Amino acid sequence: MIALLARDLRLAVRAGGGFGLGLAFFLLVAVLVPLGVGPQGDTLARIAPGILWVGALLACLLSLDRIFALDFEDGSLDLLATSPVPMEGAVAVKALAHWLVTGLPLTLAAPVLGVLLYLPGPGYLWLVVSLALGTPALSVIGAFGAALVVGLKRGGLLMSLLVLPLYVPTLIFGAEVVKRGAAGMEVATPLALLAGITAGALALLPFAAAAAIRVNLR
Amino acid sequence: MMPDLGKYAFAVLASYGATIVLIGALVALSFRQRARVKKTLDEVEARAAAQTGKNDG
Amino acid sequence: MSIWEYANPKKFMQTSAWALPWALAATVLCLSVGLIWGFFFTPDDYKQGATVKIIYLHVPAAMMAINAWVMMLVASLIWIVRRHHVSALAAKAAAPVGLTFTLIALVTGALWGQPMWGTWWAWDPRLTSFLILCLFYMGYIALWSAVEDPDTAADLTGVLCIVGSVFAVLSRYAVNFWNQGLHQGASLSMDAKENVSDVFWIPLVICIAGFILLFVTLVLMRTRTEIRARRVAALLARERLA
Repeated sequence: MIALLARDLRLAVRAGGGFGLGLAFFLLVAVLVPLGVGPQGDTLARIAPGILWVGALLACLLSLDRIFALDFEDGSLDLLATSPVPMEGAVAVKALAHWLVTGLPLTLAAPVLGVLLYLPGPGYLWLVVSLALGTPALSVIGAFGAALVVGLKRGGLLMSLLVLPLYVPTLIFGAEVVKRGAAGMEVATPLALLAGITAGALALLPFAAAAAIRVNLR
Repeated sequence: MMPDLGKYAFAVLASYGATIVLIGALVALSFRQRARVKKTLDEVEARAAAQTGKNDG
Repeated sequence: MSIWEYANPKKFMQTSAWALPWALAATVLCLSVGLIWGFFFTPDDYKQGATVKIIYLHVPAAMMAINAWVMMLVASLIWIVRRHHVSALAAKAAAPVGLTFTLIALVTGALWGQPMWGTWWAWDPRLTSFLILCLFYMGYIALWSAVEDPDTAADLTGVLCIVGSVFAVLSRYAVNFWNQGLHQGASLSMDAKENVSDVFWIPLVICIAGFILLFVTLVLMRTRTEIRARRVAALLARERLA
């Protein structure tokens, strides 16, 4: 399983692997929104938590179809299915690899982009905390979506349609944490709910995703 | 016979109109699919029956 | 005698062929009585005026939009656990009906909201969750039509329906939380049911029954179409082999 993780990470970091694309996309969202909305500080500060969360979510979505599609095409997914590692474990490892190359950089880059959007001072800590807690859920939900469409020719667009509604609870609670944190209010309730969704998704969705992959490999 | 809807006539009539259009479209679509599939099935079954008849004879 | 008898496509076709005309007749009867009563013979509400007549469309459509998803969930579970094809096809047949009801609920809600609240759309928790439900229906239907092999499609959409149900419920509560966080206390109460007097209540119940019957009729009919389509595909495959 560790070998699988290392392999996925190496493939992602290698040129053309898509590493950094999500990050660049995130940066672009943070630059384009002020250009569209206008440079007024108070407006930007008010929408900053939402923009940062939506941007992170879309950047995450961008690289999802890579989780399984390449392995499906070159047959390594079939090899994984016959290997002693259970498919559930393989899915979890692949989601973890996706998080390490997408969710983690997004979390670390978010405060810098917060500066661009005039995020109020106390919000930074909660921005990082909420993204660190929420992006694993985005990766594992995305892995489920990618598993559903893995056999399809043009699955990317369909996958967005399937995955985005599933992102709603994470987005709402994540952005709520930052919004409350930035306003200096207590954040315990949305934070706990966000963590709960992540924990539930991590525990249950690998099984659903593995079931979908087995169906697709049949 | 038409009830006096007052200033809300547009909202009420548009609601009933939209609902009738949407349900009508769904029902029409369902009936069309049904007719099409039924026709194809009859054709294919007739062909299948002819085929088995030939093989038996 | 058990309910699983109807999992046999042949038995299902026989029974539904017998039941369909009755269901259709009952639907037409209930819907026309309920809607005509509601539209022509109910008084205006003292507060909402004539717009109260929209309730006969809005409430039944909204109820059935949710119930249709629940029915799809049950049918998907039956398919995944017991592998009865009729069940998977019934779930497939129900999705467009549920989507239509969701759209009706959204459109009539917007038309009702405009004169009452002064806006077509409000990010009220219920409105928002219906919009999300609409997205779930669209994704489900898109996945059915994207996968070619019917059994694969049934399996994948079944898994999606189960996971989607969990997330739909989560979204419902998340949205509640989100809006309360913004506007303390909902000023836009949509709980019309609680203070409805009998004059409005009886035609409303008839309309709800009518919408339930409409759903049953359409799902029966569409499931029969799906079973026939399956048979066509099977016969054509056999022809190609011969």
